[in-house]
Amino acid sequence: MSVRRFRTTLAVLTGLAVVALSGCGGDDTAEPGSGNSSPGVSRTVTVFAAASLTESFTTIGKDFEAANPGVKVTFSFAGSSALATQINQGAPADVFASAAPTNMKVVTDAGNGDGTPTTFVKNQLVIAVPKGNPNGVTGLSDLTKPDAKVALCAEQVPCGAAAKKALDAARVKLTPVTLEQDVKAALSKVKLGEVDASLVYRTDAKAATADVDGIEFPESAGAINDYPIIVLKDAPNKTAAQAFIAYVLSDTGKSVLTAAGFQAP
Amino acid sequence: MSLLDDAGAAPRRDGARSPYRRRRTGRIPVALLVPASLGLLFLILPLVGLLVRAPWTTLPQRLAEPGVLTALRLSLLTATLATLLCLVLGVPLAWLLARVEFPGRRVVRALVTVPLVLPPVVGGVALLLVFGRRGLLGSWLDSTFGVTLPFTTTGVVLAEAFVAMPFLIIAVEGALRGADTRYEEAAATLGSGRWTTFTHVTLPLVAPGIAAGAVLCWARALGEFGATITFAGNFPGRTQTMPLAVYLALETDLEAAIVLSLILLTVSVVILASLRDRWITSP
Repeated sequence: MSVRRFRTTLAVLTGLAVVALSGCGGDDTAEPGSGNSSPGVSRTVTVFAAASLTESFTTIGKDFEAANPGVKVTFSFAGSSALATQINQGAPADVFASAAPTNMKVVTDAGNGDGTPTTFVKNQLVIAVPKGNPNGVTGLSDLTKPDAKVALCAEQVPCGAAAKKALDAARVKLTPVTLEQDVKAALSKVKLGEVDASLVYRTDAKAATADVDGIEFPESAGAINDYPIIVLKDAPNKTAAQAFIAYVLSDTGKSVLTAAGFQAP
Repeated sequence: MSLLDDAGAAPRRDGARSPYRRRRTGRIPVALLVPASLGLLFLILPLVGLLVRAPWTTLPQRLAEPGVLTALRLSLLTATLATLLCLVLGVPLAWLLARVEFPGRRVVRALVTVPLVLPPVVGGVALLLVFGRRGLLGSWLDSTFGVTLPFTTTGVVLAEAFVAMPFLIIAVEGALRGADTRYEEAAATLGSGRWTTFTHVTLPLVAPGIAAGAVLCWARALGEFGATITFAGNFPGRTQTMPLAVYLALETDLEAAIVLSLILLTVSVVILASLRDRWITSP
């Protein structure tokens, strides 16, 4: 009797769990369009964007949502290479904005892009130092001093590749204390005061002016990063994805990006 | 101890009882068996996935890559050092929690287990704020001794110990609570001092529990990622442990990440399995 009841309870619980689980899975894809406004540009657009786009894309996303009622933009900000891997492993994204063409190529080579990518901005490196530049850094050569602690991005991520390019171009050899997994992590080590300097994008330094100063250096001209953007082939919401990219390329989008320190392509 | 001693749970009976036991095993309710199997599958399937997707043909040359060995060596070294640190600090703490009544013991016990549930990245941030160059203790260490801990192998050991120590403490405390205190009392009445009692009676009594805790602690330290990358950074040969190498390999080369994961998995399973049989089986 009691065993039977126990068994029934368990069966019910298992059933509930299955329903709950399948419910979760269904949510993202089959979100009701609820028939409002223009049929295509609605629901959720999922944008995978390079970590360095965090501030500007968040702003653009809000503007885009305001301009298109019924649309919700969700972002996944991370290192472009990690995002490219996630996309190629089947992550359900609509748009990919990469901080370097190489990571974009990883996605397009795998046949996961729809059309050809568009370069929408360029970004340049600066030397990020703690606010007020306590160590008086003026150029790359200051970073090679024996007691200078420098954080770089790992070469596997775009900011690291750009840093290597700039250092090679300047024939400067420096030994960083750490190779961070993305530009934001490298910058936060400066913010925390754990390192004396880091090579980050001008835009990231600009977004953190409360804590860091960005020092331009001439060699960065040799390592400018192009940012390509593309609609993904398996995008669950292609129409909205195209609309979002159009918005990024529009004057409104451009002004947000240039205000953040990006250069026009 | 209680974390691992499921093997001893089945009571050993004489032959006359065996029909009874068979009847019991025959009546496993399906309602339990199905979720149990699903649970097992859920835990094992991802590991199978690693094995299936592993690039077996290029495995040998990938294993021989110097970066792999450097990261593995550093991982083994730091996990071992972290475990030693945990033993030195954690066993006395566990003893304190198990044997000494003091006000606020419950609170202390809860605090000790916080790193178990804390996201490791949070642990890393907390470590930075205390031991970082600008941290509470770190700035003093820096100005007085010129010692900075972030971006050093010592920093990795600290990060791993912070995350792994609760595993040791819980295991040892459990063993101490389960141990018969009459041996210690007997030793005391025979004139043995407190320290001698602890080293000659208590420690041998709970040795299996300490071994179990140390193994768990070591395995947790080996897999530590979040606190390490946040507090110690990532530099090959100095702070780049295997989990960090896996994460960075994933940025460019999925296969390399799989190979590294496979090594970590193998090392963990081999150590856990062999140590378990040796020291942790109940009598």
